[in-house]
Amino acid sequence: MAPLLRTVDLKKHFGVRGGTLHAVDGINIEIERGHTLGVVGESGCGKSTLGRIVLRLLEPTSGEVWFEGEDILRYRAAEINRVRRQMQIIFQDPFSSLNPRMSVYEIIAEPLQMNRECAGKEMERRITRLMDIVGIARRFVNSYPHEMDGGRRQRVGIARALALNPKFIVCDEPVSALDVSIQAQILNLLMDLQDDMRLTYMFITHDLSVVKHISDDIAVMYLGQCVERCPSDELFRNPLHPYTRALLAAIPSPKHRNAGKRALIRGEVSDPIDPKPTCRFAPRCEACSDTCLAGDTPLVEHAPGHFIACTLYQKSKTDGSCLKV
Amino acid sequence: MEDIDFNSQTRKKSRRGEIWRRMKKNRIAMVGLFIFSAILLLTISADLITPYDKAITGSLADRLTPPSSSHWFGTDNYGRDIFARILHASRRSLVMGIGAVLVGITLGGLLGACAGYYGGRVDSVIMRIIDTVICIPFMLLVLAIVAALGPGLVNVLIALMISMIPTYTRVIRSAILTVVGQDYIEAAKSCGTPNRWIILKHVLPNAIGPIIVQATMTVGTMIIWAASTSFLGMGIQPPEPEWGAMLAESKDYMLTAPYMVMFPGFAIALTALSLNLMGDGLRDALDPRLKD
Repeated sequence: MAPLLRTVDLKKHFGVRGGTLHAVDGINIEIERGHTLGVVGESGCGKSTLGRIVLRLLEPTSGEVWFEGEDILRYRAAEINRVRRQMQIIFQDPFSSLNPRMSVYEIIAEPLQMNRECAGKEMERRITRLMDIVGIARRFVNSYPHEMDGGRRQRVGIARALALNPKFIVCDEPVSALDVSIQAQILNLLMDLQDDMRLTYMFITHDLSVVKHISDDIAVMYLGQCVERCPSDELFRNPLHPYTRALLAAIPSPKHRNAGKRALIRGEVSDPIDPKPTCRFAPRCEACSDTCLAGDTPLVEHAPGHFIACTLYQKSKTDGSCLKV
Repeated sequence: MEDIDFNSQTRKKSRRGEIWRRMKKNRIAMVGLFIFSAILLLTISADLITPYDKAITGSLADRLTPPSSSHWFGTDNYGRDIFARILHASRRSLVMGIGAVLVGITLGGLLGACAGYYGGRVDSVIMRIIDTVICIPFMLLVLAIVAALGPGLVNVLIALMISMIPTYTRVIRSAILTVVGQDYIEAAKSCGTPNRWIILKHVLPNAIGPIIVQATMTVGTMIIWAASTSFLGMGIQPPEPEWGAMLAESKDYMLTAPYMVMFPGFAIALTALSLNLMGDGLRDALDPRLKD
C-alpha cells in the first residue's frame, strides 16, 4: 500500500541578511497509514519548518508533498482547504496555541463552523463528544484557556485538531512544554487516539525518550537534512550515523556502567546560512574523512528499511566494499 | 451529569452580559460612563433647556459679565450666554471629536491590520504610503484637505479623519504584530479559517487594548484640532458655537474674563476624561484574563 504521506526532495530556503538559510534541505520521508514517524533533531534543525511545509502552512522552495496519492503543492490556496481538513497540527506551546479571548467551546467549534460541518444541537453534541474523547471535564466548556493548566490546555488543542476527523496530524513537540507527569498522560492519549481513530502522526520532538515511546519509524535531522531514517527499534538497537549515536548517548541513563563511554559531540551546530556542499555534520564528526568534505552525502538504503547519509556506510567507488567503524 | 447550557443564542447573550457585568464592577469606568451619558443627554436635549437663539445672539450691554444667576457661566465678548453656547456647541464638538476618531480608527485599523497580518509586500506598500503622508505636518495636511474641499463642518471632519489615518495605522499595525506570531493564528489557518475571519476573530480582539486607549485619548485632541481650523476661518463659521472655537475666541480675554476660557476648556476636558475612563474600563472588561 502506498504511504499516506511522502515528500520528495523537499526544500525550504529563507532569504536572510547575508545569504540563504537552508532550513529544510532535500528531505525525503514516507509515513505509512496508521504509523507514527518521529522526527528528531536539535533546535534549529528544521523539524518544525518541515511540519509546517507538509501542512502547507509554509510554502516550500522546491520539492513535492504527496498526500493520499495527490501532490498537494499543486493545489491553489482555495483548494487546499479540502486537503487541510484531513491534516491538522498540535502545537508545542499550549499557551500561545489557544486564543485567550475564546472559550473552550468557541475554540473547538471554530474548525466545525469554518467548514460548515454542523450547527446548533449537532455542533453541541460533537463538541461534547470531542471533550469526552480527549478527557476534559464538561464543566470546562465555558472556561477560558488561562483558567486551565497546561495539560488541559493541550487537550483542548488536541480536541480542536480532532474536530474535523483528520487522517494525519503533525504533532509539533506536543509535550515538551508540559510537566513530566502530564507528558505521559498526553502521550498515552495520543496513542489511544491513534488506535481508535486510525490516525497517522508526524511526531516532531527533540526528546528521544518520548520518540522511542510513540514512534514506529524515526527520522533524525541535522541542519535541514535527514541523516538517518529507520524503524524505531532498529535505531535504538543499531544506530549507525555518528550524530545519531551521540544523540542516543546523550540520553541520561540510570545504569552507571554506561556513564564512562559516552560519545560527546564537540563544537556547535554550523551555520545554516549558505552551508558548504559537504556532509553537514563533518565539522563535529569524529570519523570525518576527506570523502565527507568532498560533497553532499546522499541518503541511501544501507540495510532494508534503514536509510543513512554517511560516507562510512557508502560503498566506496574504488573497491566496492563497505567501510565499517 | 452537570447541566450545561449549550444553547448558542443564550451563549451569545451571556457573553455580552458577562462583559457588562465586569464593566459594572469597575467603579471608575462607571463614573466615566455616567459623565459621558450626562453630556450626551444634555447634548440631545439642548433645545429643550435653552433656545438656540440665546447661543448666537446677545446684547452688547451684557458683554463679559462674570457667572451669575441669570448667566450661569457668564457672557462672552458679544454678550452671549456661555452656558447656552456650550450646550449647543456640544453637538458639533462631539460629532467632530468622536466622528473623526471612529472613522479614522476604522480605516486606519483596516490598513494597519492588513499591513501587520499579511506582512511582506502588502506591509511595505501600505507603510511606505503611510510614511509619506505622516511626513506632512498634521495641521498642514488638514488645511490642505480643507482647502481642497472648501470650508465647512463636514469638510473639516473629513480632513481630520483622513489626517488621523496614518497615526492609527502605525499604532494598530504594531499592536497586530504582537499577535500574528502566535500559534493560534496558525491553528486557525490550518483548519481553513479565511484570512478575513482570522483578522476579525483572532487578531483584532487580541490587539484591542492599545486601539481603545489610542481612540479615547485622541477624542479631546480632535476637538482642539477642529477648533484650530475654525480659528483659521475654515471650520465652524461664526456665530455658530463650538467648544474649540469658543476656546480660541476667548484667548484675548483670558486675564480679564477667565470664565470665558474655563468653561469650554472644562467641557472638552470632561468629555475626554469620561471617554478615557470608559475606554480603560471597556478594555479591561473585554479581556477574559482579567476576570474578577
